[in-house]
Amino acid sequence: MSAELAEPASKIELPAGVGGGGEIPSFDVTLRVRRYNPEVSEDATWDDFKVTMYGTDRVLDALHKIKWEMDGSVSFRRSCAHGVCGSDAMRINGRNRLACKTLLKDLDTSKPITVEPIKGLPVEKDLIVDMEPFFQSFREVMPFLINRGHEPTKERLQSAEDRERFDDTTKCILCAACTSSCPVFWTDGQYFGPAAIVNAHRFIFDSRDDAGDMRLEILNDKEGVWRCRTTFNCTEACPRGIQVTQAIAEVKQAILSRKI
Amino acid sequence: MTATIQSPRSGKIQPKYRRNGGSKGNFEMLAWLFMRLSGVVLVVLIFGHLTVNLLVGEGIHAINFGFVAGKWADPFWQFWDLAMLWLAMLHGTNGVRTIINDYAEKNATRLWLKIVLYAATTVIIVLGTLVIFTFNPCPVANGVQLPGGFCPAP
Repeated sequence: MSAELAEPASKIELPAGVGGGGEIPSFDVTLRVRRYNPEVSEDATWDDFKVTMYGTDRVLDALHKIKWEMDGSVSFRRSCAHGVCGSDAMRINGRNRLACKTLLKDLDTSKPITVEPIKGLPVEKDLIVDMEPFFQSFREVMPFLINRGHEPTKERLQSAEDRERFDDTTKCILCAACTSSCPVFWTDGQYFGPAAIVNAHRFIFDSRDDAGDMRLEILNDKEGVWRCRTTFNCTEACPRGIQVTQAIAEVKQAILSRKI
Repeated sequence: MTATIQSPRSGKIQPKYRRNGGSKGNFEMLAWLFMRLSGVVLVVLIFGHLTVNLLVGEGIHAINFGFVAGKWADPFWQFWDLAMLWLAMLHGTNGVRTIINDYAEKNATRLWLKIVLYAATTVIIVLGTLVIFTFNPCPVANGVQLPGGFCPAP
């Protein structure tokens, strides 16, 4: 029986050059990882790891290699490893990125690549930060559909134009790359942060939602949208390419037009 | 040997990150709006000021005590300069206020920097307003004209 389940031969004649990867170039790269372990020392230090990687490898692959083959104590978060779950945001060469979406070959491999935890949130160990303040701000803007009408018997329909209005902000994966790149958030951690505003935007401009006014009132706080200084760090940091600063500006305008 | 396992930290937020109560009112929104509006008006006022003082007529060579005295004899320029003084001072003060809010790390530092800022602003606005409205090109003290040389001898 099992012999019959073998993969059938290809019915398409492939030229020799197509299909099956050629040899992938490898190179040596040094990763300079920020280490912090409060059980050993209050001070954070840099550790250098020299690894041989391939042109198809990402920073996350290098971190895996370090953790699995060189130093098992290196700690970082990652879940899906494919840019969807938003677990492995970190500061790579001084910029917030997802380790799983950053190819090593796109970085300057002649110098050590610095890998640090994202800034502005308390570091727990190595590259792991306490995300709770970030999620608290997210919860405060009520990121869920609130509809005061009768519960419909079928799905709530929406026109393509109405859906398009907030399409950009639906892409957020809550990786905190934007909030932890914001200099205003770095100062005292009081600012709601770009991610919370983006997720409020997603519902404020949703035609099916009825609680836009409540969300605008929440973000009219002195730590709300008015603390945004439009430095565009968030837009630059977003691994999903969300126009974060523009979304914040739209929320500002919505508050203004509601009040005046 | 016993080990203590800490209770789960999920849901616990460090005090530093906790927002203590929402601020009621729209002060931050109005401050934000004021910055934009005053900025636009200031562009007109300042470039008008520079043009009239430095480019029109004899230009920069005409500026002296008498030129300023002549301008402030006209209510139009009094109002122009008053608007420029107030808007520039409040615009600048609000800008520095946000910088202090963003960069001061301790609440005490923040408070003291803002006290100094507001005191300086008040002094300059009051003094400037006073000068614009009480300016006298021919001051007389005890019946004697003070030196200046721009006024006809009595």
